[in-house]
Amino acid sequence: MIRSFRALLVRDLKLAARVGGSGMMGLIFFLAIVTLIPFALGPDLNLLSRIGPAILWIAALLATLIGLDRLFQADQEDGSLDLLRLAPIPLEVVVFAKVAAHWLVTGLPLALAAPFLGLLVALSPDAMLAMVATLLVGTPALTFIGAVGAALTASLRRGGLILAILVLPFMIPTLIFGVSAANAALGGTVPFATPFLILAALSLFAAVVGIVGAAAALRSGE
Amino acid sequence: MRLEVEDLACNRGERRIFSGVSFALTAGEALIVTGRNGAGKSTLLDLLAGRLHPAAGRVVLSEAGDRTLPECLHYVGHRDALKSALTAQENLDFARDFLGDPALESQEALEAVGLVHAARLPVAYLSAGQRRRIALARLLVAHRPLWLLDEPTSALDTASQATLLGLMETHRARGGLIVATTHAPLALAGAKEVRIERSRPAPSEAVA
Repeated sequence: MIRSFRALLVRDLKLAARVGGSGMMGLIFFLAIVTLIPFALGPDLNLLSRIGPAILWIAALLATLIGLDRLFQADQEDGSLDLLRLAPIPLEVVVFAKVAAHWLVTGLPLALAAPFLGLLVALSPDAMLAMVATLLVGTPALTFIGAVGAALTASLRRGGLILAILVLPFMIPTLIFGVSAANAALGGTVPFATPFLILAALSLFAAVVGIVGAAAALRSGE
Repeated sequence: MRLEVEDLACNRGERRIFSGVSFALTAGEALIVTGRNGAGKSTLLDLLAGRLHPAAGRVVLSEAGDRTLPECLHYVGHRDALKSALTAQENLDFARDFLGDPALESQEALEAVGLVHAARLPVAYLSAGQRRRIALARLLVAHRPLWLLDEPTSALDTASQATLLGLMETHRARGGLIVATTHAPLALAGAKEVRIERSRPAPSEAVA
């Protein structure tokens, strides 16, 4: 089981790094959005640092959607999905390996890049740390929720738009608690741990529902 | 391993594609599935591979230990299931690790289909026939008793078709089972044949 899981994880990481892979695309998109917003709002540092966590979270959410539509679609088109069904491991484990690889090349770089992009929106050092922590804990929820949409739209052409419409509503709770945890670190009456723990719970919940849901969608997708 | 198919029928949507397909295969036997375009040959393979569920009838696997049918088979279809950004070698290495129960090394499997020189090339650079040969090399990197081959000779030149026949005969000699769909006659010694005809909707069926 471990061997099959690792083989798939390594294959997807390799593919992300090769020509046509989505590795780094999410990160560049994230950078583009975060850079655009100060231009639109003007050079008001107080305003920027107040809404900074919200900007970074929305940008991270949108960047997660980049490449998500290809998560299962690429395998569906070239027949690899048929190969993946023949695995000696349950389809849920196959889905988990693919989602984990996707998070490693999109979610994780976003969280690690947050401090640098935090500079662009005038975040304080404390807020930057809080952003890294909330993105690290929160982006898995986004990827797992998105995986269900990706599995549902795997056999559709132009499935990316439908995917976004399908999954964005389900990402709202993650967004709310992600931003409120980051804001709680900046001060206020709520302790940081309260929204942060709910965010962690959302990620764990999304992991279970996302994996089971995406596998079920792939099974019935024929 | 023994595979029995009894009175199998398949629906896609509301339409009955075929019905009443029965056959039995034991170790070393091969089955050739023929029929017109669109008769449901590939659909039959999809049913065997577990991707579709039969509308009637059943597929029974016996003498296969505790493995399920999908874990016992190799499937080579119209789409080659190769990642074009990866090299031939990487594609086979992945299949070998992923499918479990490894057999030949990727390099040896490529040698068997005559593509050692292409091992380090990304699959995107290869021709349709070469891709098909790499997909067929996947049959050799993991032990699976049942081979499901959908038009395996398409895109292959005559020399490669002979190589493929050799591989199939070797697999049968070792007790393997083969189900292949084809239009061109396949010279498999003593192979069973089943012809799929599109079933005409009977009046009673149309109501149901």
